Amino acid sequence: MDIELQKVSFAYAPGTPFEKRALFDVDLAIPSDSYQAIIGHTGSGKSTILQHLNALLKPTEGSVRIGDRTIHAGKKENDLRPVRQKVGIVFQFPEHQLFEETVLKDIIFGPMNFGVSEEEAINRAHTLIKLVGLPESVLEKSPFDLSGGQMRRVAIAGVLAMEPEVIVLDEPTAGLDPRGRTEIMELFYRLHRERHLTTILVTHSMEDAARYADRIAIMHEGHCVLTGTPEEIFSNAEELVNYRLELPHVVRFQHQLEQKMGRKLPKLCLTEEELAKTIAQLLREERDGQ
Amino acid sequence: MHEILSLNHVTFTYAPEEPTVKKAVEDVSFHVEEGEWIAIVGHNGSGKSTIARLISGLLFPQSGTVNVLGQTLSEENLWESRSQIGMVFQNPDNQFVGATVQDDVAFALENNGVPYEDMVERVHEALKQVKMDDFLNHEPQHLSGGQKQRVAIAGALALRPRLLILDEATSMLDPQGRQEVLSVVRDLREKTGLTVLSITHDLEEAVMADRLLFMNGGKKYAEGTPSEIFALGDQLIELGLDLPFAMKLTKLLQAESVQLQGENMTEEQLVNDLWTSNFKK
Repeated sequence: MDIELQKVSFAYAPGTPFEKRALFDVDLAIPSDSYQAIIGHTGSGKSTILQHLNALLKPTEGSVRIGDRTIHAGKKENDLRPVRQKVGIVFQFPEHQLFEETVLKDIIFGPMNFGVSEEEAINRAHTLIKLVGLPESVLEKSPFDLSGGQMRRVAIAGVLAMEPEVIVLDEPTAGLDPRGRTEIMELFYRLHRERHLTTILVTHSMEDAARYADRIAIMHEGHCVLTGTPEEIFSNAEELVNYRLELPHVVRFQHQLEQKMGRKLPKLCLTEEELAKTIAQLLREERDGQ
Repeated sequence: MHEILSLNHVTFTYAPEEPTVKKAVEDVSFHVEEGEWIAIVGHNGSGKSTIARLISGLLFPQSGTVNVLGQTLSEENLWESRSQIGMVFQNPDNQFVGATVQDDVAFALENNGVPYEDMVERVHEALKQVKMDDFLNHEPQHLSGGQKQRVAIAGALALRPRLLILDEATSMLDPQGRQEVLSVVRDLREKTGLTVLSITHDLEEAVMADRLLFMNGGKKYAEGTPSEIFALGDQLIELGLDLPFAMKLTKLLQAESVQLQGENMTEEQLVNDLWTSNFKK
């Protein structure tokens, strides 16, 4: 399922002395099956956009199309449940939202709310708990007896249980250790590819955006200022500085190396693996050429 | 050198009636000297945050002792000990009480009965130390994450603590906010010789410390300088941590049969190594 923001503006508390505009004329098209990263400095409007993606917020001006449903500014919307079922949001620290007595009850809560039978919801819970890398025995435990990393996996299983077509991830790895971070990011990448889940990642991590996304949008002071592929975005070092963003670590390193060598590598590398391969390839060619 | 803090054979479990449940902290000993920066690293659930709670007296060990400034921590001297320790936590939004930046920094001073004139001076001094003295009357909720954490550090500094504990204080910040906070801590240490204990997953933060304590499953797995700890290489990865960027890339390059001399802890070393071993021909 695709999502399209057209000329979206948003103000908190409009028409009051406390009015605060958070988004200005944002155009952003997120195609089906794509992996879109949204990056930006704190306060750039990332979180406000995120809440438009399943109509938790409605635009003050412009419109948001979510699949075949369009949310227009100023119009009253009835029954947004189908939208919210199709677009699952994994909020920051999703484990804070766990509340049930057992992991199983927590996971089936969402789908049953959307009218799925208990039997079907339980089936989904059994499949999903394994998918997120936990043993089935966890289902009978209290979510509050689990470690932080395990709780986060349970919360993610709860969102997946609604079988969304789009998944929105708000800093999904905040507070996890490096291994936990890699495991969670790889899990979402696998879901993205295997289940054709349109994935929207809101993040501070240039490394994750470079490694996983097909497209990146940069938010700055409520405007969507730049969109493109990771290669396009990260070739643009000067512009990123204006938006108070940094290059991914691997790109910074490539620049350092190129400066020392006095020439450019054949391409911009977005992961450590790619850079190692490119350097090795270059050395082989030079050796063979001699 | 004075000892600021030591843990001697400290064991703690959240479920003392159930001997089968794994202990959160098991037989951990270490000490911190005045003026040191020590970082505790380890995977989620390795016991890092439990150690912070034991040091601040939010928890007491089932066996072993925690000594702050030469005194064994107990219910009786808890408050005295806490007045010597400043703590900054992970989530900047959970630690504000004041309506303005300066009120917030003054809060703990008020609680400790510091006279007004003295308080004004200390608040200004503390905010200056974290480079937030232009924000005296700003509302904390309108600051960026890095600014909020700097104000939280100022709140701790105003009490003139002997030890500053940063409990994953940079983990929720964006890269720029993290840099701001770390550079403030580094400056503070240069100027005042403040003792710092940071609990972190962030390798950039860990590399800045004088000494690392590497926790695994509630036990102290290793202790040493950053170079000594990172020399453990793959063991770090197996235990849920990561290698610094330059070491990781060095390994990937070697796997691609690129000739390199060293292990290359820093990026500068790796650039030079690549240059001298390969390109400078």
